[in-house]
Amino acid sequence: MKSLLLSAWRYRYFILSSIKVDFRRRFVRSRLGGLWMIINPLVQAAMFALILSQVLSGRLPDMSDNKLAYPVYLLSGTLAWNIFTEVINRCLTVFIENSNLLKKLVFPRICLPMIVTGSAMINNLLLLGSILLIIIVLGFTPGYNVIWLPLLMVITLTLSLGIGLILGTLNVFIRDIGQIVPIVLQLGWWFTPIVYPASIVPKAVLPFMRLNPMYWIVQSFQNAILFNTPPTWIALGCITLISLVLLRMSLILFRRASSEMVDVL
Amino acid sequence: MNQPVLQVDNLAKTYTQYRSELARVLSWTGLPIEPIAQHCVLQGISFAIEPGEAIGIVGQNGAGKSTLLKIVTGTQQPTTGTVSVNGRIGSILELGMGFNPDFTGRQNAFHSAGLMGFSQAEIESVIDRIERFAEVGTYFDQPVNTYSSGMQMRVAFSVITAFRPALLIVDEALSVGDAYFQHKSFNRIRDFQQQGSALLIVSHDANVIQSLCNRAILLDHGQVIQDGKPSAVMDYYNALIADKERATVSVKKVDADNLQTTSGTGEAIVDSIALIDATGKPTELVNVGDLVTLQVCVNVRKNLPIMVLGYMIKDRLGQVMYGTNTWHTQQAVKDLSQGDTVTYNIQFSMNLGPGNYSVSTALVNAETHMDQNYEWRDLAYVFEVANVNKVKFAGSAWLQPVIEVS
Repeated sequence: MKSLLLSAWRYRYFILSSIKVDFRRRFVRSRLGGLWMIINPLVQAAMFALILSQVLSGRLPDMSDNKLAYPVYLLSGTLAWNIFTEVINRCLTVFIENSNLLKKLVFPRICLPMIVTGSAMINNLLLLGSILLIIIVLGFTPGYNVIWLPLLMVITLTLSLGIGLILGTLNVFIRDIGQIVPIVLQLGWWFTPIVYPASIVPKAVLPFMRLNPMYWIVQSFQNAILFNTPPTWIALGCITLISLVLLRMSLILFRRASSEMVDVL
Repeated sequence: MNQPVLQVDNLAKTYTQYRSELARVLSWTGLPIEPIAQHCVLQGISFAIEPGEAIGIVGQNGAGKSTLLKIVTGTQQPTTGTVSVNGRIGSILELGMGFNPDFTGRQNAFHSAGLMGFSQAEIESVIDRIERFAEVGTYFDQPVNTYSSGMQMRVAFSVITAFRPALLIVDEALSVGDAYFQHKSFNRIRDFQQQGSALLIVSHDANVIQSLCNRAILLDHGQVIQDGKPSAVMDYYNALIADKERATVSVKKVDADNLQTTSGTGEAIVDSIALIDATGKPTELVNVGDLVTLQVCVNVRKNLPIMVLGYMIKDRLGQVMYGTNTWHTQQAVKDLSQGDTVTYNIQFSMNLGPGNYSVSTALVNAETHMDQNYEWRDLAYVFEVANVNKVKFAGSAWLQPVIEVS
């Protein structure tokens, strides 16, 4: 494990320059470049705000009088979900997309997921920045609990990297995974209170929903930005623990698989 | 001498096939899952390379050359055995790998050198050298998608050879760009060798192997079957190919895009064909200018009033170098009966330039094969001409010069 991280450290310049390249590449050919990455979730949030705000804005707890509450709620959840899915989706295909490099060149393979994670992180920091800007321009001032956001983002990142690396490694061998995961993520999006508040979910279903780690993460984002309350520490602590276990498992799996990975690519 | 640059010990590579990929994944967890098939591509490979040595690896397609190279470079793991490398490996197998067409040559140079594991500062120190060696002028700061493929190769080669590796792996792709740059890159490779880098060269080209290497390794079916002097190994290799050709049927693939085609009534057929050298042994590798005999044995299947043998020697592009027939030489054989065997010994000096050539044969009853074609056989025999001891020359004809300088 140590050697894995040590070799990644030796390649730190390459990782950094690859993230830069990845970011710059999007600006070379298109005028808005990397901005397209954040326009997509923002437009999606705007659509839901437009269609559902009349129905749902009154349902948010303690916020029935605030017109901006629903858009802010939506944007907070969108940010959390976007980090989660972007890291997973990119880790899912990272080895397959770079099969040429993996087959011909020698470099620590662990660099690849690190590069996509880093580049996803930059995208989402941009998204965070624009979301904060938008809600401030709209006239909503977030409370001091936004200071938890960086920590929340790191936890989300750890969770999604653990899951993404496991799925990405398996996807090299079992390509069906690449098809299933987007569907599962789509379902997950609807089963997580992002466009609707948890309070409208039937009492019988709620305990099941709470088994979903993203339920807690999305809720913590909403708490930090909209409700100005600290995260649910117990749940978040558990999720951090689960994430670290998943990450550890993914690295073990990755090490097992990496010797055979090139054989099947 | 000091430590070997590369030490390969009892290396084997087996590709395992499981009932499903799920079974493969489960096998990592320690469950007793047996693979359904094991495909052994390399076995018992051992050799060592000393600093400054140049070793050629030859073998037919599928002999395991690329797998061996991948394991030596480290992209694939051996199933058993060890590969120990003393120093950095540079590989010209992957010229231009990881280049991004949207970025400039300079940016790509930084990026690929980073991929080779060098730090920003190290690359900084050689970037000027890379730029100078590539000689692409102001294009160095233009996006790579404006480059010609030759220019891209120039930059790629300059990056890969910017730092002297302990072992440089070179494959046929060495034909980088134009003749000028090829010459320049060969010089750099030779410089590396003189400074103590070892070379590992993969090629089908007997000329390259014999002119660059001081040792050759022949792989066949995943095993080292010869390891020694290049000339001896190449002879063995050519015999191996010839053997394979004899074992196959009349319509067959000779290489990637050549099919040996046989046509005609079959009333007479070429039973065997061989090129025989001065010592009387069949050979597929001929030195420029050597006296050889093309021996063609014809088997007559039906009673024939007259038979003419024609033959042509073609280069690898199919251009005829020379051709004639026994009608022109007034040696047509008459009144043959079924079961007769006719042997033709065609002696000539191999006044051809280095390269690959093929022999086509025709058995007819007159001057051309239009009238009565007994058998027409393309690519009946393939041989190679190498320039072993003549002065270096270009072209496909050997016109021995006597140059007087006054």
